[in-house]
This record gives sequence, C-alpha cells and structure tokens, in this order.
Amino acid sequence: MSLLTAQGLQKSFRGLRAVHEASFELPEGTINALIGPNGAGKTTIFNMIAGVYPPDAGKIHFAGRRIEGLRPDQVCAAGIGRTFQIVKPFAGLSVLDNVVVGALQRSPTVAHARAHARHVVERLGLGAKRDLLASSLTLPDRKRLEVARALATRPRLLLLDEVMAGLRPTECDQLIDVFRDMNRQDGLSILLIEHVMRAVMALAQTIVVLHHGEVIARGAPAEVVRNPTVLECYLGEETEV
Amino acid sequence: MNFALHRRATVLLAVLAAALVALPWVADNYLISVATLILFLAYTGQAWNVMMGFAGQLSLGHSLYVGVGAYVAGGLFFHFGLGPWAGLWIAILVCMLLGAAIGFLAFRFGISGVYFALLTIAFAEFTRIGFDHIPWTGGPGGLFLKVAQRDQVDLLHFRGPPAMYYYSMLVLAAGALALCAAMLRSRAGYYWQAIREDEEAAQALGINTFRWKMLAVIVSSAMTAVSGVFFAFYYNNLFPEQIFHISRSIEIILGPIIGGVGTLFGPILGAALLTVLSDGITELLAAFGWEIPGIKQVFYGVVLLGVVMFLPNGIWPPIARRLGIGR
Amino acid sequence: MPIDLIVNVVIAGVLTGLVYGLMALGLSVIFGVVRVVNFAHGEMMTIAMYAAVMLFAMLKLDPFLAIVPVAAAFFVLGYLLQRALINPFITRPEHSQFMLLVAVAIVLVNGMLMIFGPDARNVQTDYQLDSFAIGPILIDAARLYAAATALVTTALLFLFFRYTLTGKAIRACADNYLGAKVVGLNIRHLYGLTFGLGAICVAVAGCAMSILLEVTPQLGPVYTLLAFVIVIVGGLGSMGGALLGGVLIGVSEALAGLFIAPSAKSMVSFGLLILVLLFRPQGLLGRKS
Repeated sequence: MSLLTAQGLQKSFRGLRAVHEASFELPEGTINALIGPNGAGKTTIFNMIAGVYPPDAGKIHFAGRRIEGLRPDQVCAAGIGRTFQIVKPFAGLSVLDNVVVGALQRSPTVAHARAHARHVVERLGLGAKRDLLASSLTLPDRKRLEVARALATRPRLLLLDEVMAGLRPTECDQLIDVFRDMNRQDGLSILLIEHVMRAVMALAQTIVVLHHGEVIARGAPAEVVRNPTVLECYLGEETEV
Repeated sequence: MNFALHRRATVLLAVLAAALVALPWVADNYLISVATLILFLAYTGQAWNVMMGFAGQLSLGHSLYVGVGAYVAGGLFFHFGLGPWAGLWIAILVCMLLGAAIGFLAFRFGISGVYFALLTIAFAEFTRIGFDHIPWTGGPGGLFLKVAQRDQVDLLHFRGPPAMYYYSMLVLAAGALALCAAMLRSRAGYYWQAIREDEEAAQALGINTFRWKMLAVIVSSAMTAVSGVFFAFYYNNLFPEQIFHISRSIEIILGPIIGGVGTLFGPILGAALLTVLSDGITELLAAFGWEIPGIKQVFYGVVLLGVVMFLPNGIWPPIARRLGIGR
Repeated sequence: MPIDLIVNVVIAGVLTGLVYGLMALGLSVIFGVVRVVNFAHGEMMTIAMYAAVMLFAMLKLDPFLAIVPVAAAFFVLGYLLQRALINPFITRPEHSQFMLLVAVAIVLVNGMLMIFGPDARNVQTDYQLDSFAIGPILIDAARLYAAATALVTTALLFLFFRYTLTGKAIRACADNYLGAKVVGLNIRHLYGLTFGLGAICVAVAGCAMSILLEVTPQLGPVYTLLAFVIVIVGGLGSMGGALLGGVLIGVSEALAGLFIAPSAKSMVSFGLLILVLLFRPQGLLGRKS
C-alpha cells in the first residue's frame, strides 16, 4: 500500500531546472532513502512535499489525498513531520518545551502534550537533559531534539534531511537504532536524504537516486548500488586510455 | 518552564501583594499617584509584552491603542454621556479591530522585523496627525472630560479619590499578570514562543503562524485599549500630540525592555525602576538647583544605554536567578 | 489656485526634497551595509544644523563652507560611534538595536535641549532671501544652492562606491557578509567607514538645511522618521532611490501643506510609507531581495 506517491514533479528556480519529471512511490511502513550528488534536487523534493513551496507541475498523493501546494502546517496536520538540514531548535525554550510544541499538534490539552513529550524525549535519549535550554545542547543532541520534536507530532511519514551529517559513527549508530525501532514497533514510514552511506545501507529498504533533478534509479539497496548508471553519476565514466 | 511556584516565590509574591494593598494607608497623595503611574506603565508594558515578548512582533506604535481607547471612551462620554463601563467595551472592540487590521496587512504581506516596527510607527503617527484635525474629538486643542467631585467613590462614572484609581490599576496590573501567566502555560503560550524563536520551524510542527500572530496582536491591542480608557478617566484631558506621540510608545516599551522582554515580572520591575529613577533624578537635580530642561532625560537615556549594553536580557532574569525562582 | 503658485511650491518641494534625500542616503548606506536601524539619524542631522548655526554665530562662517569641518568631524564621530558602541549589537536581536539607538537619540536630543535651549535658532546670510526669477517662477537662491550641494555630494558618494577599492569592499560587505570575511576584508573597519560616510551625508545635509529652516531640538525625531520613510519609499540600497524618495516626499509635503493644511503634511508621508510597505516593500527603485 503506497503511502506517498509523487508523480511528474517539476520545479525550476528562475530558469534553473531543479527537478524534472520526478516520480516515485513510498510504501507504507518502509524506510526509504533519497540519494544523489549535491545539487541533484533532493532538498527541493523534500521542500515540495513539506509544503515550503509548491511544485511547478506534478502531483503528490499522501494517504489518499492530494497535498501538493499545501502550507507547511497543513502538511504536518496531514501526518508528515520533517527535520531541517541546519537544525532549528527553539533556543530560548527547554528541551522538553521544544518537544511539547510538537506534541501539541495532536494532543488536546497541554498536560497531555507534556506527558507525550516526556515519553518521546526519553526515547531519543534526552531524558536527563529535558530541562536544559536548547541553546546549551551539543550538535548531536540538537539533532536528536530536532527528530524528537518532529516525532512528537505523531506523523505517519517522517522526512529526515541529512540528519546524520556531522555525527560520529557511534552517534550515527544510536540514531539508526532509534529509527529502526520506530519503524518496526510503531510502523513509522521514513524518507531520508542522506550522504552518509552507512546510515543509508543500514536503514533503507528502498533507495531513490536523483541526478540533475531526475530519478535515475529505484530499488533495493543491493541492486541500486550495482546499477551502472548510478555508479557513473557518482564516479564518472571510465575513459579508455 | 517549571511553573511550580517554589515556596520562596510564593512568599515573596504574598509580601509584595500585601505591601501594594496597604500602600494607600501609609502614603500621601503624591506617592499614591506615582504608584498609580508605575502600575499603569506596568500594565501597559505587560500588554505590549504579549505581542513582543511572547510572539516576537516588535510594535513601536503601541501609543495608537492607548490613544484610540482613550478617545473612543472619552469621546463617547463627552458627547453622549456614555459611562466608562460601557465605553470600555466599545473601546476594546475598536482597538481589537484596529489591531486585527494592522496585523492582517502586515502578516498577509509578509512584513516582519524592522519593517513591521516601522509600519506600526507609521500607523501611530498617521493617527496622531489625523486626530489633530478631527473636530469631534476636540482637535489639537484637546478633549476635556468633566471632572466631578473627587471625594466620594463613584465607580459607575469612575470618579473618586486617588486611592480608588490606585486600586483599580492594581487590580488591572494583577489581572494582567495572572492572564499572562495563564497564557504562557497554555497552547497559545507555547505556540507564540515557538513563532518567536523560529517561525519556519514552528510551521513545520503544524502551527498556523498567521492565525496565532493575529491572536497575539488582537489580545495585545485589546489589553492596551483598557489602559487607554483608564487614562481618559484618570487624567481627564486628551491631546493627540501627547497621547499618540512616539515618545509615549517608547515609554511603554522601556519598562519591559529594561525589566526583561518575555518574562512575567520584567514589565512590572522595569516600570517601577524607571518611574522611581525618573522621579528620583528630578528630585536630586532640584536639590542641587539644576533645573535645566532636558537634563533628566539625558540621565534617563544614559541609564537606558547602560541597561541595553550590559544587561541585554533585562534586569529581572539575573535577579530571578539570585532569588532562585523561575519567571 | 493660481498655477504659478503651485509650480513654485512644487519646485521648492523638489529642492528641499533633494536635501532630505541626501540625509536619507546616509541612512540607506548605514542600514543597507551595517544592517543597523539608526534611530538617531535625525538627531545627528539636527546636531549638524546646530553646528552650522554655531559656526556662523561665532565665526561668521557661511554654512556651505562650514560643511568641510562639520563633515570631517562627523566622519570621525560616526566611525567611533560604530566601532565603540554599535558593533557588538549587530548580532543582537532587533529590539536591542532599536533600544540602543533610541537611548543614543534620547541623550542627543536632550543634550541639545540642555545646551541650546528650546528656542529656535537660525542662520542669516546675505543671500538667504535672494531668488532667481524665470518668468513667473521664483526659485530661492538658498534652496537652489542647498539642492546643488546635495546633488554634488551624492555624485561624489556614487563615484566613491563605484570606482574606489574601499567603496567596492563596502559593497561586498553589504552583499555577502560571510564571503567578505572569507576574502579577508576587515569588516569592523569597513562598517566604521560606512557609518562615517553616512554621518558625512547627514553633516552636509544638516549644514545645507540650516539655511532653509530654523533648528530646534525637536527636529531630531521628526527627521529620523522622515529619513526612514524616504529610504523605504525610495528603496533600500539604491542611491537614486533615496534622492527620488526625498524629492517625492518633499513635493508631497509641500503640496499637502498647500492644499490641506501645513500641519497635515507628514500624514501624506506616513500614508505613503504604509502603502509602500504593503504593496512594494522593496521601494520604488530598490532591488527585490
């Protein structure tokens, strides 16, 4: 059952074509990775799904309804959570309060939201730091906070934008475990943009490869990694000497 | 935000409340009027703080709401004899609509930061000059409300001895404090602060930032309208040049900024400090025989400069930390 | 209403507007590069006016000649103000910046009040009441000289930014702060220079204005707001925009004074500001960022 379907997405910025005829499907309950060289159009697709800007053409279906062109807050209400590539914590609020803001999305009362937020904070390993100001956190913790906040909105699909960047391998592994956990236990679907191949290979059940704004390959990790077109776009053609 | 009021905070609050309630018995009329002014500035500063401290929208034209509130209630009383309690609700409604209009124009067109502040200034100045030309409200010559006898308390017409005004303002200020504390704890409080900290991130969490910013503006303007109505019936004369002037807007925001934007006690502490300082300086200079016009404001400005440079988050946060309480 | 009266009023508005434009240009340069809201801009202008008045009173120095020493002094003071006081505030939230400069403005306005008193002061030169007649049209000599000074100063500033290395460096800072740092530009020094240049604009405009108007301390806040209106209407970052905005405001104020009432002239300016902020926030000649 397809949770998210993108059909024929197009986006240009002042004449520069960022995304061209991009189509893909994400089955429910799966972890998917969106990879490609820099400038391939990954964040553009993310932003279109998340409602930051509408596609110039094309459709996006999520859980049966059309969501392209919706505002970011409407997209969140529909069940999609997202993190930002450069983390955006609410610096003046505590860790817990940051997550409460997210939890309020689906909690009817503040008390309910606080309870849920506490739970999410524990799950992401930030329990001991919940009363600290977000501005005092280290980068790995800020990334965890970013994820916790988005998770608190109880999304069906979580968009992760290069969440592993800047993390050491152990920190990376910790997050990988959390995501795998949420996927298996809660049925959370994930779409991640990643350059850190360790995470991609460990988590992704399907990989979509973008190059110059077009989808050039899709499939299970083992296949995609051997796909000659993919290899070419990352490594270049072999030249006969 | 840990709202469990520590025992210490509760005790301090109780002591303060007791002192404030007992004041008129031990103070003379002059002191009572100073205290009333402090509470007036504290209340209005608190109202402004909702927009700025909570939702992060800098308004430098808040004198607009004080003035409109004052003129609506004052004008209705002057021309139709409409009592202050009825005029109050009409003033609040008018100011809410005005705030909504300005908010709508600003937020729909994506105006924020400096430009938003300038927009608020423009509206206030436009109104100031406009009122200079409206005969119904007395034009530049001012609007004068009849001052009946001041010995007996006539709550219906809001006339009475200084102590009555003092207690009314005390109730208002305390009410504003309670209201702001409640709002801060509520969904609105969380959402406003999220918007203040990072609007884009707030949107990604499902917050309709336009709607909540509008709410902040409307609440703030409604609260400020009340201080306008109080102003009208306390001072009994209104001049566009005075009440809409940008120096009034600055006076309103000095308290919260010095005390601490976004905190609960900041506006109150700031207002108290400023008024005491201002009066204190006047007295001190008079004692030295220095009656040069402008010297008081120079001291004022220097103090403000000092606070802005060395205590950017205001005076209240470090004090609160010392006392071991939250906001 | 006779047409030649209207034409005279419009011409006077244009000429005065050019001087306003120069003042606003200073603000545009400061705001556009250093990104600080100089809420003391009008107060600085007023001090320049007082300086010209004092120099005239004490040394019989013509205000146009006084431009040289006043501008030099203002450059230095502006540079120092930026580096000593304002620099740490660039990264602070906007309301902090506002309050810093509001505090400076309060000190300046009331300092002037203390030193000069509230009464109006002015300059009285021989040529002040001269005018040139072109048919039925009368042009004030003083106003014409003032406008000419404003144009010359603007031209010099334009040449500076276009053709000198320092000018280009300043523009680089404005365009891309991080890039400028990476390339090794001394941002603090350049910001100081920029503020100094803005101060020069104000100094020249103030000296020129001292011939046209009486000066009181209360002019300070009035000019601050006027400068902001002009910068926004004309467009941030555009020199031509500042002058155009100045002329527009000068003419609309003059006409409003003629057709409505002298006290209503600012209303038009603020009305224009509101409209521009809503419908064309980049201003008439500004670039959309």
